[in-house]
Amino acid sequence: MSIAPTEFESSPEARSEDYLWTLNFGPQHPATHTTLRLVLKLDGERVVDAVPEMGYLHSGFEKLAEHLTFNQYVTVTDRMNYISPMANNVAWHHSVETLLGINLTPRCTYIRTIVAELARISDHLLSNGAVGLDTGAFTYFLYAFYQREVIYDIFETLCGARFTNSYTRVGGVSHDFTPLVIEKIRGFVKTFPKTLNDMQRLLNRNRIFVDRTQGVGMLTKEEAINRGATGPVARASGVTRDLRRDEPYLAYDDFDFQISCASTGDCYARYLIRMQEMRESLKIVEQAIEHLPSGPVNIGIDERMTLPTKNQVYSTIEGTISHFELSMSNRGFEVPCEESYAAIEAPNGELGFYIVGDGEDQAYRARCRPPSVLNFAMFPHLIRGHTLSDVVAVLGSLNIIAAELDR
Amino acid sequence: MTNTSKTSTSNAVENTHVRAINAFCGPVESSIYRDQQRVIVPVEKCFDALSMLKDRGFDLFIDVTCVDYLEYRKAKHRYGLVYLLASTINAERLTVRTFVDDPQPTVASVVPLWEAANWLEREVWDLFGIHFTGHPDLRRLVMPEEFTAHPLRKDYPLQGRGERHNFPVITRDHS
Repeated sequence: MSIAPTEFESSPEARSEDYLWTLNFGPQHPATHTTLRLVLKLDGERVVDAVPEMGYLHSGFEKLAEHLTFNQYVTVTDRMNYISPMANNVAWHHSVETLLGINLTPRCTYIRTIVAELARISDHLLSNGAVGLDTGAFTYFLYAFYQREVIYDIFETLCGARFTNSYTRVGGVSHDFTPLVIEKIRGFVKTFPKTLNDMQRLLNRNRIFVDRTQGVGMLTKEEAINRGATGPVARASGVTRDLRRDEPYLAYDDFDFQISCASTGDCYARYLIRMQEMRESLKIVEQAIEHLPSGPVNIGIDERMTLPTKNQVYSTIEGTISHFELSMSNRGFEVPCEESYAAIEAPNGELGFYIVGDGEDQAYRARCRPPSVLNFAMFPHLIRGHTLSDVVAVLGSLNIIAAELDR
Repeated sequence: MTNTSKTSTSNAVENTHVRAINAFCGPVESSIYRDQQRVIVPVEKCFDALSMLKDRGFDLFIDVTCVDYLEYRKAKHRYGLVYLLASTINAERLTVRTFVDDPQPTVASVVPLWEAANWLEREVWDLFGIHFTGHPDLRRLVMPEEFTAHPLRKDYPLQGRGERHNFPVITRDHS
């Protein structure tokens, strides 16, 4: 029931739009996920309409792709979904290698699978942690972030950078797994389930959290498909699409894991899906690290696609020639004049790159298909009729990363 | 070991969807590259072909994007629009391409078919200048509203034309 300030009779004119209150939510607000803007039309506390606006973080990533080589551009893909940069690196080089037609070594596929799943755990920890934080559960957020620090430590031991890793290269990865990295991953696999159980005990049957998220932001299955949702948002609405199962890439065929789906489609379902996906990712990491194949991690230097190791450069002639061919600016490798699209199941949904090659070793056009754009476009549909306090719960459950949104 | 590029032209079309598009709008160019089926349709039949594909089970709209072929050798048209479709029922994918040219590149909007195309087409309009007829709300998405150029075109320089240095100064009296 709304109280129009000036009109007290229930005449038809009193139901006009004048009493709706416009609230500008963002672009800077501690509850929103970085810089995105919502203009909300409120009827008291009820949201009547929401107009989302983006573009505050647009940095021309797609234009940069036309001026950087494939190995240089991986640093830019780090900065897209910066919560799980490894997943973006894996996605970018997966697309590049699809265009070039490269088959990776088995060890490389396992390594990329492990880091992609660790990135998925890291992303879901932050996403669920942010939902918890926005709805008031600060301890849950800190539990999640402590585990993210452990993952950052693993990444730092692996490639020197906690955050913007730029880990993958064309045909391989930049650093192989050392015994210390494997030991740290094993330690993480042992200690993480206890934290997950603690986090679950905090929020799963918490009266406040369940009341705030159950029934909020309902997304039916038909609407999810119509609006192009993929990833946890779609799976929470009953769309059983997961690229790890439907179009297996890397080494996912070798592992035994389940796809988490729900049928209710509200924020609580998305929260539960992400919790379950973390458990499944941990199973994948555990299986992969126990069965890690030995052998070379980068493809051979005869293809002249990947940089040889320093040992090879200094002691073999093929290594020297390869290094020379790849590093000099007027050489590089042949890229077919073709276009292709390849996607992986990123933590947020389907992250794919459509790359057009034109012979040079810089992409002619590299388009990043961002799952956050489609999730954010769904937001007005999800929030209509809910109250202002549900805005933060829905926004958190969609896991919108502004850098991936704007590129 | 690099595979030789697997491009086979439409002589041995086994893909039923391509056959349906062939029947619908005349012989179209299709190819398979790296296990991806691509089809090129003429721009005036684009909406109907996509509508037919949606009825044939491609219910998930993955992406619509554009490539500016200004600096591409052997390019016949300037803009290539790419529609990426997928099916949640049987995990198939299809790439539909169509070409438009300057001046005033126009194509029919597919928002009536998939709501996901709403913001994706806005982005193509914003960055490339391709007008989508029938779009409910075609305005800029990533660039500010008052921006005038279309930045992802090849003739727009990487560092811009000085838009970042010419912000209007608003003092406290004017704001």
